[in-house]
Amino acid sequence: MNQTHSDLLGRLNLDSLPITALIKNPGTNEIVANVAGLVMLVGVLVVLFILTKFRLWRPLWSDWLTSTDHKKIGIMYVVFGIMMLARGVIEGVVMRAQQAMGAGSGFLEPDHFAQLFSTHGTIMVFFVAVPFVLGYINFVMPLQIGARDVAFPVMNQISLGLTVAAGMILMVSLVVGEFSTGGWTAYPPYTGARFNPGVGPDYWIWAIVVSGVGTTLSGINFAVTIYKMRAPGMLLSRMPLFCWTVICSSILIIFAMPPLSVAALLLGADRYMDFHFFTNDLGGNMMNYANLFWLFGHPEVYLLVLPVYGMYSEIVSTYSAKRLYGYLSLVIATMSIAVLSFTVWLHHFFTMGQSALINAVFGIATMLIAIPTGVKVYDWMATMYRGRIRFNVPMIYLVGFLILFVIGGLTGVILASPTVDFQVHNTLFLVAHFHNVLIPGVLFGLLAGYNYWFPKAFGFRLNERLGKLTAYLWIVGFMITFLPLYVVGLMGMPRRSYSYTDTEFVPWLVLAFIGALMILSALLVFLEQLRVSIRDRDQNRVPFGDPWDARTLEWSISAPPPEYNFAIIPTVTKRDAFAEAKITGQAYGSDDAYEDIKLPKNTPVGIMLCVLSGVWMFALVWWIWWLVALVTALIFLLVIGWSFFVDNERVIPAAQVRQEHQAWLAKLKATPPVDRDKEFSPENLGYAKTELAGDA
Amino acid sequence: MGLKMVNRLRIFASSAIVVLVGVTVAHAESNSFMSPMGPIAAEQKAHFLKIIAITMIAIIPVFVLLPFILLKYRRSKKSVDYRPNWGFSLPLEITMWSIPIAIILVLSFAVWKATHALDPYAAIKSDNPTINVQVVGLDWKWLFLYPDLGIGSVGELAFPVDHPVSMTLTTDTVMQSFMISALAGQIYAMAGMTTKLNVIASEPGQMQGENTQYNGAGFTGQKFVANAMEPADFENWVQAVKSNGIALDADSYAVLSKQSTRAEAHAELATADMPKDMIYFTLSDTKLFDGIVHKYHGGMDGQTEISQEVSQ
Ligand code: HEM
Ligand SMILES: [Cu+2]
Repeated sequence: MNQTHSDLLGRLNLDSLPITALIKNPGTNEIVANVAGLVMLVGVLVVLFILTKFRLWRPLWSDWLTSTDHKKIGIMYVVFGIMMLARGVIEGVVMRAQQAMGAGSGFLEPDHFAQLFSTHGTIMVFFVAVPFVLGYINFVMPLQIGARDVAFPVMNQISLGLTVAAGMILMVSLVVGEFSTGGWTAYPPYTGARFNPGVGPDYWIWAIVVSGVGTTLSGINFAVTIYKMRAPGMLLSRMPLFCWTVICSSILIIFAMPPLSVAALLLGADRYMDFHFFTNDLGGNMMNYANLFWLFGHPEVYLLVLPVYGMYSEIVSTYSAKRLYGYLSLVIATMSIAVLSFTVWLHHFFTMGQSALINAVFGIATMLIAIPTGVKVYDWMATMYRGRIRFNVPMIYLVGFLILFVIGGLTGVILASPTVDFQVHNTLFLVAHFHNVLIPGVLFGLLAGYNYWFPKAFGFRLNERLGKLTAYLWIVGFMITFLPLYVVGLMGMPRRSYSYTDTEFVPWLVLAFIGALMILSALLVFLEQLRVSIRDRDQNRVPFGDPWDARTLEWSISAPPPEYNFAIIPTVTKRDAFAEAKITGQAYGSDDAYEDIKLPKNTPVGIMLCVLSGVWMFALVWWIWWLVALVTALIFLLVIGWSFFVDNERVIPAAQVRQEHQAWLAKLKATPPVDRDKEFSPENLGYAKTELAGDA
Repeated sequence: MGLKMVNRLRIFASSAIVVLVGVTVAHAESNSFMSPMGPIAAEQKAHFLKIIAITMIAIIPVFVLLPFILLKYRRSKKSVDYRPNWGFSLPLEITMWSIPIAIILVLSFAVWKATHALDPYAAIKSDNPTINVQVVGLDWKWLFLYPDLGIGSVGELAFPVDHPVSMTLTTDTVMQSFMISALAGQIYAMAGMTTKLNVIASEPGQMQGENTQYNGAGFTGQKFVANAMEPADFENWVQAVKSNGIALDADSYAVLSKQSTRAEAHAELATADMPKDMIYFTLSDTKLFDGIVHKYHGGMDGQTEISQEVSQ
């Protein structure tokens, strides 16, 4: 990397563009890099074109970008997650292609391969899994506890803005400069200034810091929402299990994100200001980084997976038409996992030379997590036992999850044993393991939840047939891609290898590549399902909001829900309040207690902070100091200035609420309810003739 | 659940793994602890299979019961024992919690024992004398120093079979992870610090050694041959290195320690008497290793100090 430096542009110059490399040194590697950049640019242009052609700028601005509605913010999170998922999966497939051909040297250069695994890992964790999960929590949790919004709607918007800005700066690294080659963990001293003077690690650092702030704010927001904003009678012990997992996840976010931000900032101090926290010399010690990183990193996987466990819990009881088995056990298990997840971080570096005693203690602590996790699996099975199971798309993901996750759990227990970890650490065995827990454990749940809650969010059901095809492709694709990696890992292939000489790896890696192509096709069918469903939306409308004969409060209101969520805040007397009301025939009643509803006004502060923090990161990466100073000042001015606007609520008069709600109820009463035989027919308008039964 | 059952499960699990892995790596030279060439790796493998076998007790019920439940209670069967409000059962709760707890208890004992028994820092007891090796991770090759024998090598770590090998590791660059899978697990090596690894081979043969921690473009080439030799062969090897090696002094170390692949370093340093891919050294300065570790401890910038330390 050319290190010229100017006052105006910092270290940015023509050599920072991949096209320069292509002109100077044409080859497959440069072509791949440029095509990737080009695809992204074309994507941006297409979006801009569509927005302009269909005159969507204004609605985009006033209905979405400036909205403080938790439902819209949730949806925007998920849209962002899907975009990033597409990039992450494509990168995964390119890496699988490289390794399938890697017996010689494949088609990529080592550095390019390293950027791929670094961006892929960073994107999948921070910009796919996290935003997806935050998006679902945003959309679902307030509805489930009977709230009208989250506790801090504007802060919610800011969280989204910061996360998106950080994701975008990763996209920018594709066309300006290069990304880090240090993996998603960015271990120094490799990522320090001496060994990596370029911009790569700086892109990583600022993306992590900024998105970390956004995520932390979300954690605070969700925790306060659950503690403070539950509907009357919604005791903690009556909350849907999903909300319990959200509390645990929020606690994990609040305690786990700061160590990551600190680690990244200290690494930044090393790189920018010649500090020596993690350098080899002058008293630096990279082991401190490993500790800080994994102090975050292990809880991180649980803050992702716990809400998904919660989603699986909702799904399994809805589609088994049965109360969730072992609610108390599941709550205890969730809390235990949350607490234990802070006591095991050392298992990520059993091989750093500490004593056998320490390793044994942390190994056993790690295995303890298998206890509550195992209980959860049994609880889900007990929920299905003596139920009436319907195999809707979410259930297919659930079954795939249960079977595959058990294998992931087994390999987790294997890795928890320091002795074995000495052998399989840093090999593809580990790569297989964490994909084995993250894909069935997190991604499948997110896809299941997508099929489950989509009708609630948009008012129409998704195409069932294509949904099933997607699920099968994901599940089978996953198995073909990742199970062979266990074998290659045991054969000793290190992770992050762009090439290898042992030809015995080849058949397994070719198999894995074929699996990756299946996953790619799963992604395409997933998009096709969305296209077809939008096309056929008029045959699949569910305005009455309960297409699955479900149990919790979010299903008791229209789909899509009104912006104020509940015309009348429900009073809760039991767990699974809506199921209970349906069984006793008290659902859809109205006691005419309408009142004026206050909602937060739209505000552009989130999107402005998104843009400003994006520019701020870019300026920092490229050492454009005047811009850093300017944007820092603007950010302060904006936040302080905005806090002087106190007129930030608007009122929806009770009369309007009554009129809307009564109209909806009148239509519902005029519609025949449908049973589960007609779940997929156009007659299913979301008014369920419940098959749930009273106390047996 | 009787012991017999556990044993049967264990046999089942091991045969499954052997079919999966063993067959594919079954040759005299080994890259993997699945075909171990020393007692430590053999025990690691046994421990690995044991964990699988024990954990199966919790896992097999899922594989058996799940399809059963899914078939029996699917909606179309309209089964009569539909219990929509069944949400708690004390005996079931007790079973659900106690099975995993019992399994983890058993596993914990196994892990506790194995972790202590196979501690890489623990010296290996043997009647044969121990071979001391100092390992320096460089970008992108490993340098092996035999301080007692006054030799060094790149690309080949030779040692006599049935003799304990005691290694002290550091790097003169970023963190790396040193592993000879067929003998024992990996251990990190970090600049300015030392870690330890003790191994012993029980049969002669060649094994692959490698770095498993990504450290840049030459990462995948940072492999070496670990060569367990009959004692007499080892003697000959030492003599060959002594007579063919070049002096490892400040100049040659400077060439060796700059970022380069082993082949590039070979091209620059090796003489015609050295085998392809290997570089042999004679050590005049037996304190070289300490110098490499200590240069990061002064108040000075590590990189500039190197030549002074080495030439002292
Ligand atoms: C969907 C298909 C996916 C494919 C084909 C795929 C493929 C890959 C490949 C080839 C690697 C590099 C392995 C190596 O180091 O040799 C990798 C690494 C990784 N993947 Fe995935 N992956 C997928 C999904 C995911 C998901 C869903 C997540 C997380 C939610 C994820 C997280 C990671 C992480 C954290 C790494 C490690 C990056 C590093 O080494 O720093 N991947 N993946
Ligand atoms: Cu962990």
